[in-house]
Amino acid sequence: MNGVHDMGGMDGFGKVEAEPNEPMFHTEWEARVLAMVRAMGAAGAFNIDTSRFYREMLPPHVYLSSSYYKKWFLGLEDMLVAKGYIAAEEVAAGHAVQPGKPLTHGKFALVDVERVMVRGKFGRAAPAAAMFKPGDRVRAKNIHPATHTRLPRYVRGHVGIVERDHGCHVYPDTAAMEAGENPQWLYTVVFDGTELWGAESDPTVKISVDAFEPYLELA
Amino acid sequence: MSDHDHDHHDHHHHHDHDHSELSETELRVRALETILTEKGYVDPAALDAIIQSYETRIGPHNGARVVAKAWTDPAFRQALLDDASKAVSTLGHVSRVGDHLVAVENTPQRHNMVVCTLCSCYPWEMLGLPPVWYKAAPYRSRAVKDPRGVLADFGVSVPKDIEIRVWDSTAETRFLVLPMRPEGTDGWSEEQLAELVTRDSMIGTGFPKTPGAPS
Repeated sequence: MNGVHDMGGMDGFGKVEAEPNEPMFHTEWEARVLAMVRAMGAAGAFNIDTSRFYREMLPPHVYLSSSYYKKWFLGLEDMLVAKGYIAAEEVAAGHAVQPGKPLTHGKFALVDVERVMVRGKFGRAAPAAAMFKPGDRVRAKNIHPATHTRLPRYVRGHVGIVERDHGCHVYPDTAAMEAGENPQWLYTVVFDGTELWGAESDPTVKISVDAFEPYLELA
Repeated sequence: MSDHDHDHHDHHHHHDHDHSELSETELRVRALETILTEKGYVDPAALDAIIQSYETRIGPHNGARVVAKAWTDPAFRQALLDDASKAVSTLGHVSRVGDHLVAVENTPQRHNMVVCTLCSCYPWEMLGLPPVWYKAAPYRSRAVKDPRGVLADFGVSVPKDIEIRVWDSTAETRFLVLPMRPEGTDGWSEEQLAELVTRDSMIGTGFPKTPGAPS
């Protein structure tokens, strides 16, 4: 979706301001939100792509004005309500009023903690031969899906070079919609800065994205 | 249940925050945890354990060990550049990584920088949880369009004839910058070298510390 989360190339957000000696969490609730998202994901309530999509669907003014973990919290709450794990009246009441529904992997317990400390595996067997190879000139398609996608707007319509082939991975566009893993080849595609930002831009800059095969066509 | 929730939270005041009253967000977060607990979805003790694991086991020290080893062991450096997940998995002292870690090497001709314009993708196992600036709009918006301007915000200047390569983490691949080894470190041990490797030098928004310079 063409949301405000797709920030590459936007102007007006000001300077990057690093916080000296930044703590891992600024408040205790931030840590609880992180843990709840990790736990409910590991229990099978949602996949990582769906959770990203729910954050992207926050209203633009909310997305832009909320802290990082506030966005995680709002996305989590919306997602759990939408998927029927909790009810809006329970959120309003602040406690459960009906029993939970079954989770794919069951209740998240202490024995499950190690599982969330290792990243998931997203590589999958290839359903077909790769369409592109390193060195190919490809164009990022001019596509504007209204749902979750990982092709940022700033590369769409532009020509780059395939640099690396990462094998087949879970396709976020369908996984986010719970329409299957639909594995697709994944490539690093590198663009000249001037191709993306115009002839006046810095000629020493190159930018790459990792693009799934359906995002690309031969140029 | 609310009593349990209260007790539970009282055990976890580990940062400075003398809230005499709870913020609306804090109340909502507590309420959600209560609901998830009452519905039998999560054990709050398991949430505690997740947080403790993040606080104690991941952080830039993991990435620093990997970089220092690459600086001292040419075979490891090559293995890291060929397949970082595989190379890192051979190091028992580093926390386990997923399958899709990619190490990108700074050279006298190229400076690498990592961003996630769409959200906040970051090599947690190597660098810990990302700092706020990495997840915020100024960095995500400008890193791909004006990387030298972003570097200037960090007080970093890269000579004009060096290529800047920005890696936008748009998939489940995760990027670790392998910075150049500082001069004046001949004969240093891996442990000494690791002390020079900063988090930002592994994101590409900084350089390693220089021997003898104040940190």
